[in-house]
Amino acid sequence: MKRDPNRNPGKPGDVVGDILHDVGDELAAVVSVPGEITYHTFNKFFEFIGEFSLLLGRTLKFIAKGAVDVRDTLNQMAYIGVASLPIVLITVAFSGAVLSLYMSQLVVKWGIGSYTGGVVGVSITREIGPVLTAVVMAARSGSAIAAELGSMKVTEQIDALRALAVSPVRYLVVPRLLAGVVMLPALTAIADLVGTTGGYIVAVMNGVAGGGFLSTLKTQVVPYDVFMGMLKTVFFAVVIVVVGAQQGLRTSGGATGVGKSTTSSVVISIVVIYILNFFLAYVMFGGRTASL
Amino acid sequence: MIEAVGLSYQISGRFILQMLDIKIEQGETVAVMGMSGAGKSTLLKCIAGLLSPSAGRLLLDGIDIAGMREAELNSIRRRIGMVFQYAALFDSLNVYENVSFGLRRHHSLPETKVREVVQEKLSMVGLPGTQSLMPSELSGGMQKRVGLARALAMEPDILLYDEPTAGLDPITSATIADLIIKTRDEVGATSIVVSHDLPTIKRISSKIAMLHRGRIIAMGTVEEMADSDNPAVRQFMAGSTQGPIQITR
Repeated sequence: MKRDPNRNPGKPGDVVGDILHDVGDELAAVVSVPGEITYHTFNKFFEFIGEFSLLLGRTLKFIAKGAVDVRDTLNQMAYIGVASLPIVLITVAFSGAVLSLYMSQLVVKWGIGSYTGGVVGVSITREIGPVLTAVVMAARSGSAIAAELGSMKVTEQIDALRALAVSPVRYLVVPRLLAGVVMLPALTAIADLVGTTGGYIVAVMNGVAGGGFLSTLKTQVVPYDVFMGMLKTVFFAVVIVVVGAQQGLRTSGGATGVGKSTTSSVVISIVVIYILNFFLAYVMFGGRTASL
Repeated sequence: MIEAVGLSYQISGRFILQMLDIKIEQGETVAVMGMSGAGKSTLLKCIAGLLSPSAGRLLLDGIDIAGMREAELNSIRRRIGMVFQYAALFDSLNVYENVSFGLRRHHSLPETKVREVVQEKLSMVGLPGTQSLMPSELSGGMQKRVGLARALAMEPDILLYDEPTAGLDPITSATIADLIIKTRDEVGATSIVVSHDLPTIKRISSKIAMLHRGRIIAMGTVEEMADSDNPAVRQFMAGSTQGPIQITR
């Protein structure tokens, strides 16, 4: 909305008042025309779903045809895996530790301290390990994909690829998707191990018997939990890479556009990961109760 | 031969190109001039198959590429070399990898042959020995020349230059212009040069086409355009603020 230059002429002190007035006008417009906002929001939502599905379909088609550059994929695996590993180790280790801190205080009081191992193990392998690792990867690698592809888009490097008869999807998205799908479950396996170790150390410090912790861990955490937790991350990796690539490839408007795409990729990925996680958990673990 | 018939390109309800007609003969070097935002780069991107026209026909040697699918366009694109306004070199790859990029993907040549081609093209643009440099280590003019070497490596029969001298000093601009002439003479490719840099246009082109409001309003040799009756062409050639072309905000 344009500010009226004739409003309070000659009073420089009223600039703030003018701005507040404009903000009020904008808010009024938002409230008074909800239909427009709904239309715009839905439009954007379906546009995103369409672009995401098309990009995923085209990427899978190249993979199915075997159009995979092994060297690029290995480079991306090293980049995505190694880059995210230190942050994954720190966040999941401390998450396991803090979970164990609360849990051990509570269960030691009830005289069943050894169950800390089972609770921490199940929580980490089913939820904390996969989800936190995926969130870290979205922040670290999803944002990097959006920023790299976005800056390639605004500097016409994507057009240059197409002009050289090279598909940007095949050259850029395929290696990243394969790398993500391999590395995120691998990172999750390491995260599960480190998170449980963090939990063990804190539990022992809080008076839980180490042998008891390990015993309930063994009985409560079954291979199904670990496997399904890792399988969830395959879906998360697809979300992170394809959202990052989709946001990057639709970038326009120079450096500001790259910044917007990077932020959007992280926000969208994290929201979708949490929503998807509920449905995957419902399907994978909905009928199973840990026998604590 | 490149021919556009009734070519239109529309984005967000606005026509960038509107019922445009142009015909470029084999081996010609045609400069497309016009105001900033007149649609020059859009025309070039349509010819390169990077943008899909909204309407009309775009014939390359009689084959209509308007509305072609991406996979079909790829075989056409191998015949076209494009030099981008800001070079668009792949910044994660060095000069050697940039120049050999298309070759490695479309021809199963042994590495020694690839090295030979890269060396030859870099020498042609006056940059021998720069293979291991990264694009960030090159000046703007050098980047454009590497961009030309990358386009030439595919041995195209059509070369498209998007603002090849924009943002360069007069001497580097003249060097690039000479390089375009040398490439035309050595490769014999049909070239389209989009520019609003009159000295360069006069130096390199066999014909000039003036793009205004989404259409080609005049086309002819440098002399014909200089003597044109069209007031918009006269204004542009004279670089005057008085005339039918007015800058509006």
